Amino acid sequence: MLIQEQRVLEAEIIALADKHGRKRSALLPILLAIQEKYHYINKFAMQEVAALLDIHPVEVYGVVRFYSFLHAERRGSVMIRMCRSLSCDLAGKDAVARQIENDLGIKFGETTADGRFSLEYAQCLGQCDRGPALLVGDQLHAQVKCSQIHTILEQARAAFGVYPLRHAGVAHSPHFHYDPMAGRAS
Amino acid sequence: MSTKPQDILLGVDVPIDAGLQRAAGGPTQAIIDEVRASGLRGRGGAGFPTATKWQLAKDATGEAKFVVCNADEGEPGTFKDRVLLTERADLVFEGMALAGRAIGASQGIVYLRGEYRYLRAHLESVLSARRDRRVLGTAILGIPGFDFDIEIHMGAGAYVCGEETALIESLEGHRGEPRNRPPFPVNTGFFGQPTIVNNVETLALAARIVHRGGAWFAGFGTPASRGYKLFSVSGDCEKPGVYELPMGIKVMELLELVGGLHAKAVQVGGASGRCISRAEFDRSLCFEDLATGGAIMVIGPGRDMLRVAKNFLEFFVEESCGQCTPCRAGNVALLEGIELLIAGRCSMAHLHELKSLGETMRLTAKCGLGQSSPQAFLSIVEQFSDEVLGQQPRA
Repeated sequence: MLIQEQRVLEAEIIALADKHGRKRSALLPILLAIQEKYHYINKFAMQEVAALLDIHPVEVYGVVRFYSFLHAERRGSVMIRMCRSLSCDLAGKDAVARQIENDLGIKFGETTADGRFSLEYAQCLGQCDRGPALLVGDQLHAQVKCSQIHTILEQARAAFGVYPLRHAGVAHSPHFHYDPMAGRAS
Repeated sequence: MSTKPQDILLGVDVPIDAGLQRAAGGPTQAIIDEVRASGLRGRGGAGFPTATKWQLAKDATGEAKFVVCNADEGEPGTFKDRVLLTERADLVFEGMALAGRAIGASQGIVYLRGEYRYLRAHLESVLSARRDRRVLGTAILGIPGFDFDIEIHMGAGAYVCGEETALIESLEGHRGEPRNRPPFPVNTGFFGQPTIVNNVETLALAARIVHRGGAWFAGFGTPASRGYKLFSVSGDCEKPGVYELPMGIKVMELLELVGGLHAKAVQVGGASGRCISRAEFDRSLCFEDLATGGAIMVIGPGRDMLRVAKNFLEFFVEESCGQCTPCRAGNVALLEGIELLIAGRCSMAHLHELKSLGETMRLTAKCGLGQSSPQAFLSIVEQFSDEVLGQQPRA
């Protein structure tokens, strides 16, 4: 992490601490905000938060490791969470899960090489009456069919400001991503 | 049994803030007395009498008191709270304000699970409209001293935080590991202060009860399980969804309503609940028989029961907080047992050992999660022993 980036992050964390209060109960709201913006919470951020809340950095690390929505390692800009509960399983989640893997070119637990999508299983998403269910970022998709996956991913690319694939042909290749800023990311 | 009134939670004629209008100006004890008369028990599944919890918190001394709405609806198969928060958020917040009035709390916290973050904007707008209508904030309904406000606190993806002491740990900024009880949150809760943690449905029902009176609610259901309950129905049935039904309804009657009479088995109570076979379909859904938070998963004919059991055990292996050994290690051992059964390599002696391990977990795990985690496994291998034993190895 560059010094300049650290300074920006430091200022942001101070602002978060001022907003949520410099008390232990502010820890989760602060960490969730960092997670949302940076898609993970690095060691520098953990130490900075710890210093502001006057707790040991390892306390922060312990909390980050406990919650499945907080990550100590970098994740993609868009997190895709597929419900793995029994109701979604009975509704056919396996086929949908396979299609997401095919369209993203990654397996569950992985992040695309361009750093844009991460794919994980979630425990019950509370959509049992309309499974299979997916969370794409904060966007909920219920009763998902395999044929809809491509569109859902394209919507995510657009809505989250990720450049869409320009050529229909390359959309089928998980290994090629059109990126006008190629060389900068990953 | 009388017919269903149209003004319980999901009726067509549910008034907003009628309970608050009726009781806010009166003595605070009257609110608790009304809830006690209703016989209302916690709708998260544990069934603790709501009025007792409120009374203990009212009688406890503390610098501040807190009302926490447990919207960490993480039990697989449960989605009724999602529906309530979407369609009846006002009732939930009304119930929280009444609870605050009853115990003398001025702060309410909604602990909303991370998976429901998309609901947050809606809930914030309902809260803000309530402040505008003076049914939230300072001097509610113009009553001096009736100050109560609500903030939303997001969870971050941890099933165990639905357990009330783990939820409080999480609110305080810690890992969501359950505390030993006693002391109970009603005495030593959020930051050591008296705190009540109630399920979303419980709070919404309390609002209806305070409006219509405890006797009205107590007129439905069974002697030990009064009133109506929301059931989250999913799986292999024609009409999945949320159903509001009287306590004590038989599994068979419910299956008929939802178009699931062909079911081979029903998982009652989600992953932490038990699986029943057709032989038990005449049992009742209530605290004196099959107690449940309302999750009904219908398992159709032809489904593989080992796949069902494996799904639940993988869930518990993932979601165990790791604090106590019976839950942390026990669920891994049970999952290995399921894999042996799937491979067709489990002896009866080994299955007996696994069952005995399950019993040990039930007795010795620290919290409700751990104690209930072996239930699905135990009920499936018992009810379906001829199906799960002697499996042919699959390619």
